[in-house]
Amino acid sequence: MAWNLSADKPIYSQLVEIIQIQIISGRYKAGDRLPSVRELAAEASVNPNTMQKALAELERNALIITQRTSGRIVTEDTELIQKTQSDLANEYIRNFFHTMKELGYSAEEIVSLVKEMAEKE
Amino acid sequence: MEALAEIRGLTKVYGNTLAVNNLNLVIPRGRIIGLLGPNGSGKTTLIKMINGLLTPTAGQILINGFAPGPETKARIAYLPERTYLQSGMKVSDLVDFFRDFYADFNRDKAFTMLSALNIPFTAQLKTLSKGTKEKVQLILVMSRDADLFILDEPIAGVDPAARDYILKTIITNYNENASILLSTHLISDIENILDEVIFIREGQVLTHMPVDQIREQYGQSVDAYFRGVFAC
Repeated sequence: MAWNLSADKPIYSQLVEIIQIQIISGRYKAGDRLPSVRELAAEASVNPNTMQKALAELERNALIITQRTSGRIVTEDTELIQKTQSDLANEYIRNFFHTMKELGYSAEEIVSLVKEMAEKE
Repeated sequence: MEALAEIRGLTKVYGNTLAVNNLNLVIPRGRIIGLLGPNGSGKTTLIKMINGLLTPTAGQILINGFAPGPETKARIAYLPERTYLQSGMKVSDLVDFFRDFYADFNRDKAFTMLSALNIPFTAQLKTLSKGTKEKVQLILVMSRDADLFILDEPIAGVDPAARDYILKTIITNYNENASILLSTHLISDIENILDEVIFIREGQVLTHMPVDQIREQYGQSVDAYFRGVFAC
């Protein structure tokens, strides 16, 4: 099953985010070896060069480490993984607030709506 | 590394019609490139000249440093718009036919792909459906170990599941010295597997850009961008 990519954003930045989520959610755990570029590209149904670019970006952020002998592994720095998680969460919340404000809600109203929803869940 | 193909000042005139107009293009290695343009923009004429099937009115084409001829035909795997295979031949005979024709043909690869798509080896081509015929031709072309794959409308007639398989085949067969030039109207289906796109209009290159650059710069998919640029 190809990865779910949206049409209006660069493909490589979406791949970066999906792999970050796969690491945060534990599909690939700290210290795990990642599949090859080609395997990941085939799984996602994207161009191998684009996948390569996404992995290079994750390496720059140190979430992924390239080892000479065993390919790419997920960092063993669990603090970094937690930080990635909270960075992503903050970004989603910022986007959510932005959308809700466009709908005409104030910050307080948004918070109380979220609370209501959380109680129903 | 040198470019795979270099095209300079390429022009083709049919009678009073200017099909390709002083076109310049460099095709790098290791890329999957979409060749996009409205009907009659000169895509197929360009492709036929690269394949040595049409003679340019003016200009130059170099592939691996050679002008179109036996040296380049040995290194280009070409899927034309229309079939040229004998419809009375069996699938397995076609595989052997290709093996005899092309030194870089990989017979095992062809049979692996035919099996994966459940295509009967012993069936005559004419007994197969339109979509299955297209799959057979594409498999034959993709089973070569060529430098340049030129696919003219390769996925138009096949079902979505086979399309996915074909795209996966293109991704996994990808090698860093070879490039794939893919002409199609079905952009949204394939844009995730493209490195870059070439837009052609009135026989000239309008845009030649990486897919992600179009998405970054214009905030829309290549498909949406294409519809905007070529809006009627």
